[in-house]
Amino acid sequence: MIILWTDALILLLLFILIWMLVQAARRPYLRQQWQKTYAHPTRKLALIILLCYASIGLLDSIHYKQHNSNNVVSVLDYLLTPIANSVETSYSAQFAQHLFTKQLRKDQDGNISWFAPKLKSPDHVFGTDKVGIDVLYASIKSIRTGLIIGLLTTFISLPFAIFFGAIAGYYRGWVDDLIQYLYTTLSSVPGVLLIAAAILTVDAVVQRHQAIFELMAQRTDMRLLILCSVLGLTSWTSLCRILRGETLKLREQEFVLASKVLGTNNLQIIYKHIVPNLFNIILISIVLDFSGLVLAEAVLSYVGVGVDPAMFSWGNMINSARLEMGREPVIWWSLTGAFVLMFTLVLAANIFADGVRDAFDPKVV
Amino acid sequence: MWYYIARRILYAIPILLGVNILTFVLFFVVNTPDEIASIHLGSKHVTKQQIADWKQAHGYALPLFYNAEKSSITQTIFWQKSIKLFLFDFGVADNGRDISQAITERYAPSLAIAIPALVFGLLINIIVAMGMAFFRGTYLDAWGVVLCVILMSISMLFYIVGGQFLVARILKWVPVSGYADGMIGIKFIILPVMVSVIGGIGSGARWYRSFFLEEINKDYVRTARAKGLSEASILFKHVLRNALIPILTGVVVLLPLLFMGSLLTESFFAIPGLGSYTIDAIRSQDFAIVRAMVFLGSILYILGLLLTDITYIMADPRIELN
Repeated sequence: MIILWTDALILLLLFILIWMLVQAARRPYLRQQWQKTYAHPTRKLALIILLCYASIGLLDSIHYKQHNSNNVVSVLDYLLTPIANSVETSYSAQFAQHLFTKQLRKDQDGNISWFAPKLKSPDHVFGTDKVGIDVLYASIKSIRTGLIIGLLTTFISLPFAIFFGAIAGYYRGWVDDLIQYLYTTLSSVPGVLLIAAAILTVDAVVQRHQAIFELMAQRTDMRLLILCSVLGLTSWTSLCRILRGETLKLREQEFVLASKVLGTNNLQIIYKHIVPNLFNIILISIVLDFSGLVLAEAVLSYVGVGVDPAMFSWGNMINSARLEMGREPVIWWSLTGAFVLMFTLVLAANIFADGVRDAFDPKVV
Repeated sequence: MWYYIARRILYAIPILLGVNILTFVLFFVVNTPDEIASIHLGSKHVTKQQIADWKQAHGYALPLFYNAEKSSITQTIFWQKSIKLFLFDFGVADNGRDISQAITERYAPSLAIAIPALVFGLLINIIVAMGMAFFRGTYLDAWGVVLCVILMSISMLFYIVGGQFLVARILKWVPVSGYADGMIGIKFIILPVMVSVIGGIGSGARWYRSFFLEEINKDYVRTARAKGLSEASILFKHVLRNALIPILTGVVVLLPLLFMGSLLTESFFAIPGLGSYTIDAIRSQDFAIVRAMVFLGSILYILGLLLTDITYIMADPRIELN
């Protein structure tokens, strides 16, 4: 059993989620809002799809070392053994019996002819890619990467956004000025460029200290964690601005005045009265950001500042498929796997996000 | 109003200084010039002399913040490489070419794609959004929203790859990629513009629809309806004008950034603009170009915010300046 950094964080996230669900179930008004979220049949379907993705991601987050080798595999690999191990030598079309690329063969008489070798294990649903890996397997393995980018990034950025937003709005004065300056500066650098700059520099540091990573899985995992941290550290600004504005409104409310009169200290007011009231906005922003982050992963991998090229991710799959679209005859099936799985996840997330917004946003009537 | 604008410009200076220090720390403190040199010289068997020569040639052979030998702060990397960005002196790239010259050569192709993409995108989004608002509450509107959600769930990369495959390879209407100046260049521009417009419809139209719906529920619309105006003339004469305020102010902030071009579109369609320049720099780890682009992008963004405020003031006289 090997616990990678992102595995640990995913488990932590799972515990927080379960704790939140227990809390929500105990409070009737929250239960009502959650029931409203998935009242519509489409939204129920979206929730089910998201849960399927989440369980695949979880299964893929429990890693162990294979017997007699240095390969780190996950429980998901074990479950998918038939397609994980059916590696061909090169491209093959979907449900094909033969390899797509032809090879030269010399028969007994010395005649040279072209032929397509038979596949070791025919009927790959989405075909195989350049190095013969089953496209369906690669797309399923990419689910974990997508989910981690979508969830961990927000998880990392939330403490900054909540802390700075609440402090700035509550204390005002020079604290507010300082925090406003901080997030205006950060947000005035165009997003992709700031991420690219940060990844480039951190990457150079990791390259220099490569020796500390025993296994390749640890190195790719560290790169993923760095990507999430950089995305998180650059993206807390917009939520922080909204939370600051909301706190400015909240601090003038009577219940805050009442607890001040009763002698509660400032930090306790922020913790007990301000932050719980920001919860709706935080929740809406988490679900709204999720699909955008999954899409961003693909773009960043294309730009060259995404996850490690050795890691399974939809961005890397699209990136390698790009050149294959220019081939003659065209190889298009390696895109379909990434397209179908990514599209389903993002669509389900978008539909679910609409449900959450309808249920939790007080402005929507 | 001039007083307000002047104050806003003054407020931009500390922010730009912050961006400047941030990029400086990112690029020179996390990775020292020695390490930058060894990245570019590549191989492991690089001598100290080679690194020193490379630093000399690219102007990195200076202390970071304070030059004790000459007791000056101008003979430092921070001054030479970072503060000079304020004068739009971008210096030379790590590959030895002049960055300012590259920018002047490359902004025109970027604009040739970005401006038509913005104009057509805006027009089509407004038309689709207005159509959905006109048929609000009907199946047409409901399916329109569903279609928008579906469209915005597809990655921009798929739009580009799919567009190139369908329009350029199968139908052979336009070349797959490339760029040319003047009228011959139009055939190269059509596809990138089309792809970015279609890729933006989903989120754009859905967003603008909410602006229209917000206006439609207001009192003046009820008055217009009570007056006996037809639904179409209410929509075009009253609602459209008011809904355009948030739409246009949302666009103004993007205007200066058009200059930078789009990373994805330009790189896929091989357009020699600033977007592909940036992406090439990121891929070849050319820190000098990335640093220049980060700073230029921030200046343009802050300019966009300033323009947004000015348009707000002009569009809505009720806004008070303080």
